[in-house]
Amino acid sequence: MQFGIFTVGDLTTDPTTGHTPTENERVKATVAMAKLADEVGLDVIALGQHHNPPFVASAPTTTLAYIGAQTKRIILSTATTLITTTDPVRIAEEYAMLQHLTDGRVDLMLGRGNTGPVYPWFGKDIRDGIELSIENYDLLHRLWTEEVVNWEGRFRTPLTGFTSTPRPLDGVAPFVWHGSIRSPQIAEQAAYYGDGFFSNHIFWPPSHTKQMIQLYRQRFAHYGHGTAEQAIVGIGGQVFMRRNSQDAVRDFRPYFDHAPVYGGGPSLETFMKETPLTVGSPQQVIERTLSFRDYVGDYQRQLFLVDHAGLPVKEAMAQIELLGTEVLPVLRREFEALRPANVPDAPTHASLVAAAGASEPTEGRAAVDEWTGTRAEEANASAAGRL
Amino acid sequence: MTHRIVVVSAGLRTPSSTTLLADSIAAQLRSAFDTADAQVSTTHIEVRDHAHAIVDALMVGFPTGALADALDEVTGADALVVVTPTFSATFSGLFKAFFDLIEPGSLRGMPVLLAATGGTERHSLMLDHALRPLFTYLGLSAVRTGVFAATSDFGTTAGASLTARITTAAVELRDAVLSRGHVARQDESTSVTPFAELLKGSSR
Repeated sequence: MQFGIFTVGDLTTDPTTGHTPTENERVKATVAMAKLADEVGLDVIALGQHHNPPFVASAPTTTLAYIGAQTKRIILSTATTLITTTDPVRIAEEYAMLQHLTDGRVDLMLGRGNTGPVYPWFGKDIRDGIELSIENYDLLHRLWTEEVVNWEGRFRTPLTGFTSTPRPLDGVAPFVWHGSIRSPQIAEQAAYYGDGFFSNHIFWPPSHTKQMIQLYRQRFAHYGHGTAEQAIVGIGGQVFMRRNSQDAVRDFRPYFDHAPVYGGGPSLETFMKETPLTVGSPQQVIERTLSFRDYVGDYQRQLFLVDHAGLPVKEAMAQIELLGTEVLPVLRREFEALRPANVPDAPTHASLVAAAGASEPTEGRAAVDEWTGTRAEEANASAAGRL
Repeated sequence: MTHRIVVVSAGLRTPSSTTLLADSIAAQLRSAFDTADAQVSTTHIEVRDHAHAIVDALMVGFPTGALADALDEVTGADALVVVTPTFSATFSGLFKAFFDLIEPGSLRGMPVLLAATGGTERHSLMLDHALRPLFTYLGLSAVRTGVFAATSDFGTTAGASLTARITTAAVELRDAVLSRGHVARQDESTSVTPFAELLKGSSR
């Protein structure tokens, strides 16, 4: 089972000090969090993609490449990559490039984005959200699995004789998670392709998450990718820890009360009861997280949100430290003991390469330019001949 | 079979003339179903009881506790009776906020009886100017007769005509329910459109 953190990269004023981080502070803090997460043994760092203030996370592959260069084993992922408003050709190219740079330490989670104006800013319409997800991923999938793509759709200029480069590392595309809070169509999409399904889980009652995941599992089996129990499931979680649970509640309350998502709404106690938010001791986080399995089933990826609502970076770092040193060792052991043998781990680049029986090519191929009929070497030779 | 009618009443005071009107309509409905030899159960929801939860739900995006149950009662009903006080020439904000939490499309085709209370009868057209368009938008089928009760209706000879309107409206709602029959509702959050169809739809 994989454990990690996900962050949206928001600039929020710390309600206890009045300090708002600068964009530069926030970007650097994200990198620092990822490096610490790698050091203390977390498996995944997932970054958001947003194109409006108060977020700074507009270019996830740039940030992930920088993190990848400074970390050893952590998987670089997203939460989420906007499949609706980002050109699927750019997604195919950028994430394949990231795969090569980081030796395959890449997967991604696709999401629609729920900020209305972002769609028209990128020439799209939020009312086409589902259709955009379906068509764009259909193209993205083909760009990664087919060498030469001829394609025509509704939302993008057609492609004739297009090859996305670089080709995915070892001929294996990054594993894809489809993230959704409440759209059965996205669960259906993930099931159809045999991809992972990630339920945001936080901010929502467990009954809702359970329903969506059950649907995905049933449809995963329907499409013949394995049994329902073998479907690849990820969920979110939200934690704030102190050694002593009263201290955790006391210290987190001002952040909760002013948080952009739920501030001014229900009480911290109500929200902890109705959603997966856990504010307490590491032991409480362990118990609560293990209880997710009761309604989600055996699952493969657990991401935690630790750095929002204006929490200062040192606080987020303290949470990552506690996760790595106290929470995860126990969770790994307990989840592993509970997991039946036929339930797989989350796919990684290595497992996908092994499954495909692929091996790394040792010799590159000089492709012929479809339009001029020449290869780069020939163009170079004839240019040299003219000198 | 027993037809389930949910009465949503948005009065704020106790005692409330809005609740009083809601109770009168519910009683009249039971007798209208009796006359037709049909079974009915009425469930009463006081929006005031959920006021704080409604605001919370608007802020966080999901209803909790008793409010979630109340919303399920509404979407699971065979028909609604809605009763709101008139505030500033229209339905109350809290009444509207309650219906803002209903999943779009989940009340489509459901018969509804529209009713309101107000300080004077001069506001009575709010039934047709404010309440009816709201429920048309939500996809419900409002019966022709709405019921508006002004303060004076409770203590003058005008009360007789109020009673007559309640009777007429109750019979109309009963007939709408009986002619529609029981509609099995599908939970749209788990209904599946096979992917081949989704894919086809996207590349039209």
